[in-house]
Amino acid sequence: MTPVAPTFFFYLLSTVAVVGAILVITRKNPVHSALSLIFTLLALAGLYLMLYAPFVAGVQIILYAGGIMVLFLFVIMLVNIERSQREVQFNQQWHVGIIASLALGFLFLYVYKHGSSIFPVNPVSMPEPMNTQQVGMALFRNYLLPFEIASLLLLVAIVGAVVMAKKRI
Amino acid sequence: MAPIGTLHYLVVAAALFVIGTIGVVTRRNVVIILMSIELILNAVNLNLVAFSRLWNLNGQIFSIFVITDAAAEAAVGLGILIAFFRNKETVNVDEVDLLKW
Repeated sequence: MTPVAPTFFFYLLSTVAVVGAILVITRKNPVHSALSLIFTLLALAGLYLMLYAPFVAGVQIILYAGGIMVLFLFVIMLVNIERSQREVQFNQQWHVGIIASLALGFLFLYVYKHGSSIFPVNPVSMPEPMNTQQVGMALFRNYLLPFEIASLLLLVAIVGAVVMAKKRI
Repeated sequence: MAPIGTLHYLVVAAALFVIGTIGVVTRRNVVIILMSIELILNAVNLNLVAFSRLWNLNGQIFSIFVITDAAAEAAVGLGILIAFFRNKETVNVDEVDLLKW
């Protein structure tokens, strides 16, 4: 199924994503930042759908917008944000940081402008209803060892998070 | 308007990456720094999926691994944040300078 009105939806979703990202780094209240980040993540899920990646879009919504953001909101509730809201929000080196980041951005644009000729012109055809099946095939055949290593990484992360956050072991 | 190609997605991803970098280097609140790291990881994911449209499915597989890593990183980072807040009663990174001389 080809996307409907791809130009309109691309600009709509990317505007939502970028504006949400800007709100994330400028808001004083971390709860507002977290809510803006949820909008950015949902817009990115829409962009994944336009790129014929419905499985990644679903994983994005379930894991990011559902799991990681709930974790963030719980931690914001646990730490005391009233005092930090009254303080200065940016550190002393923010001029240098912004200049360095913008230099990085212009480097990206330069590379994209001069290197985009090596991209293949015609995208490969991806049957969308088969996407989840193909991802599963690749994940459990070619990428079986990285898959198991990822499960080990998650186990280590769970144990590490409990050890860090517990008062007395 | 021009049809939407891979370059459009790459530019959006670059914008998200730069915004995330600015957040990491300028903010003082650790929670917002962790959220900016999530923004950077999402920009990388958008790049991977956009390139996987051009070649094959491997970019999508890799973006799933990146999402897994982001979950692990968020769990450990927020655990460190809770331990840190319990010890120093602050969430500002520039007040954590024990390793700095």
